[in-house]
Amino acid sequence: MTMIFGVPAAAFFGQLLLGLINGAFYALLSLGLAIIFGLLKIINFAHGAQYMLGAFAAYLLLNLLGINYWAALFLAPLIVGIIGALIERYLLRRITHIDHIYGLLLTFGLALIIQGLFTNLFGVSGNRYPVPSELSGGINLGFMFLPFYRGWIVAIAVVVCIAVWFLIEKTKLGGYLRAGTENPALMQAFGINVPLLVTLTYGFGVALAAFAGVLAAPIYSVAPGMGANLLIVVFAVVVIGGMGSIMGAIVTGLAMGIVEGLTKVYYPEASNTVIFLVMIFVLLLRPAGLFGKEA
Amino acid sequence: MKLIKKVLTAAVATAMTAGAAQAAITDNEVRIGYLADMSGTYRDLAGPNGLEALRMAVEDFGGTVKGKKVVVMSADDRNSPDVASSTVRQWLDSDKVDMVAGLVASSVTIAATKVLNGSDAIGLVNGSAASSITNEHCTPNHIHWAYDTYPLANSTASAIVAEGGKSWFLVTADYAFGHSLENDVRTVVEREGGKIVDTVRHPLATSDFSSYILQAQASGAQVVGFANAGGDTVNSVITAGEFGLAQSGQTVAALLFFLTDVHALGVQTAQGIQLVTGWYWDKDKDARAWSDKFYKRTNARPSMVHAGIYSSTMHYLKAVEATGSDNAKVVRAEMAKNKVNDMFTKGGYIREDGRMVHDMYLAQVKTPAESKNEWDLYKIVRTIPADGAFRPLSESKCSLVKK
Repeated sequence: MTMIFGVPAAAFFGQLLLGLINGAFYALLSLGLAIIFGLLKIINFAHGAQYMLGAFAAYLLLNLLGINYWAALFLAPLIVGIIGALIERYLLRRITHIDHIYGLLLTFGLALIIQGLFTNLFGVSGNRYPVPSELSGGINLGFMFLPFYRGWIVAIAVVVCIAVWFLIEKTKLGGYLRAGTENPALMQAFGINVPLLVTLTYGFGVALAAFAGVLAAPIYSVAPGMGANLLIVVFAVVVIGGMGSIMGAIVTGLAMGIVEGLTKVYYPEASNTVIFLVMIFVLLLRPAGLFGKEA
Repeated sequence: MKLIKKVLTAAVATAMTAGAAQAAITDNEVRIGYLADMSGTYRDLAGPNGLEALRMAVEDFGGTVKGKKVVVMSADDRNSPDVASSTVRQWLDSDKVDMVAGLVASSVTIAATKVLNGSDAIGLVNGSAASSITNEHCTPNHIHWAYDTYPLANSTASAIVAEGGKSWFLVTADYAFGHSLENDVRTVVEREGGKIVDTVRHPLATSDFSSYILQAQASGAQVVGFANAGGDTVNSVITAGEFGLAQSGQTVAALLFFLTDVHALGVQTAQGIQLVTGWYWDKDKDARAWSDKFYKRTNARPSMVHAGIYSSTMHYLKAVEATGSDNAKVVRAEMAKNKVNDMFTKGGYIREDGRMVHDMYLAQVKTPAESKNEWDLYKIVRTIPADGAFRPLSESKCSLVKK
């Protein structure tokens, strides 16, 4: 048997693929955070709670209204995105002119309230969301058994990430967004409704979190604490990638998934700290992050 | 001479009041403090519903003992030993609590019982798993009621090895509880002629288990054992199902599995898993009758922890009534004198190390075809008789056990 660093090649490639799948989640979540921070300069601590809301929205749509996974994949982000837009319009907007720390505190408080509310309603053990029948089962790749659903996650996450990057960096709408945050007064003067643009952007970032939540629902327990566990890692990913860098968030998300996956083979005890070690090194060598622009 | 006489009189008087205090209910109230995880990982298996079980016991007892009111207060331990120590300290010093109930995370319980040790209050432990609570950490001020890790490892592992599951892969939570469970399992599996092929230790509250499951799958072990708890076990079992461990011929063993975990997973995902429990709501007529009352109040079926809280509180209140005292020493002696015969167990008894010894049960999660409703989750495979269920006193490291 071929060995790679003392691990059978088959196991090595298996773990590499699993790392990539987890990386897809990190990429989707950090992408939303990066958009919100990059364009609105809000450190969105409610992102984990919004991811959880996405999973719960899918769960409730299925159990209360009988709406299936495929529709939920579209509807849940829409619903949670609208909630996000309302949060921006009625809460975050009031504090845009003061220090960023207040945005952080506000979103952190919101996250605690939302999670507390769901804990009261649903308990902490969570609920099961079934894998859609079209994607149940799996395939033996020779080096590992790959559930179809995990393959789907990577594919759809990469497609969504690239589409979002394209939307923001290459289209006219994306141009408005970037210009609007750079110099809102000037954009206003050109007749563009900047406050609306900002509201929609926040809603869109939140919808991305909810989308990741729907993707996660069939493979993790749909529980109120599911986002809190992920959020800190995702923040580390954003910092490593460079705060506000869209491409940085995507590439770093996937890369950190792989780094973490390999750690789980070679030294599993460190698997939840390895990303922070990487973060420390990156901050020492490139304080603005891998893809960030030096201020 | 006169001085000595005075001192002597004072000493005698003090001794008499102390004696009188022992034989009385202090502060004209029996005060119970419920300390549990009310908001974190262990909320569902104990938490607010455990407080409800405690209130049910107090109400069923009539709300008073010998004309003195029974008062219940509660606190969230946040799974922190520091919070537990300071809360219990405050309860003893300013609130004059007589009994502490709940006691969930093992680390919290060990911290709380250290404070209780030597005081006039008693702790009735129901949520915790670690068997060390009545072994090296035993005190005269607490009793461990519902279950512990000894029967979990002993019965689940030996049952599976007996069925031919000789080679094991363990997925262990990387902290004190996981390590001790892993050691217990290793001992049992090796004693029964099996072996542990490999183990992997994951950090507490891991969200993705696919990497560990893949390693377990690649190991070719016949049995994949999860030595973790709560949300970690739930996510482990989901991922094991997703990667088809059972279909590839591997047996999944969840070594600590609560009713609330199985309910969260559903029978579709959890079917066939063997587990050990101290109590099951549908195990007999008395258990069903009590759990119906519990269900009406909480809209959930009780876990073994909830049932243990009710049972131990009832046994405690009976002892307070019989002795007319709420002093820990007096009450504990009285509790140990009487057998526990209630909805929890028949013929249960309290040993000198503080272990309440009772039958345990080896259960299996029902299949979707067998399960009639969302809480119809276990079938009892066999009863593990009380006498062989817990760590024998001959192996005890508890200082209270006379050898």
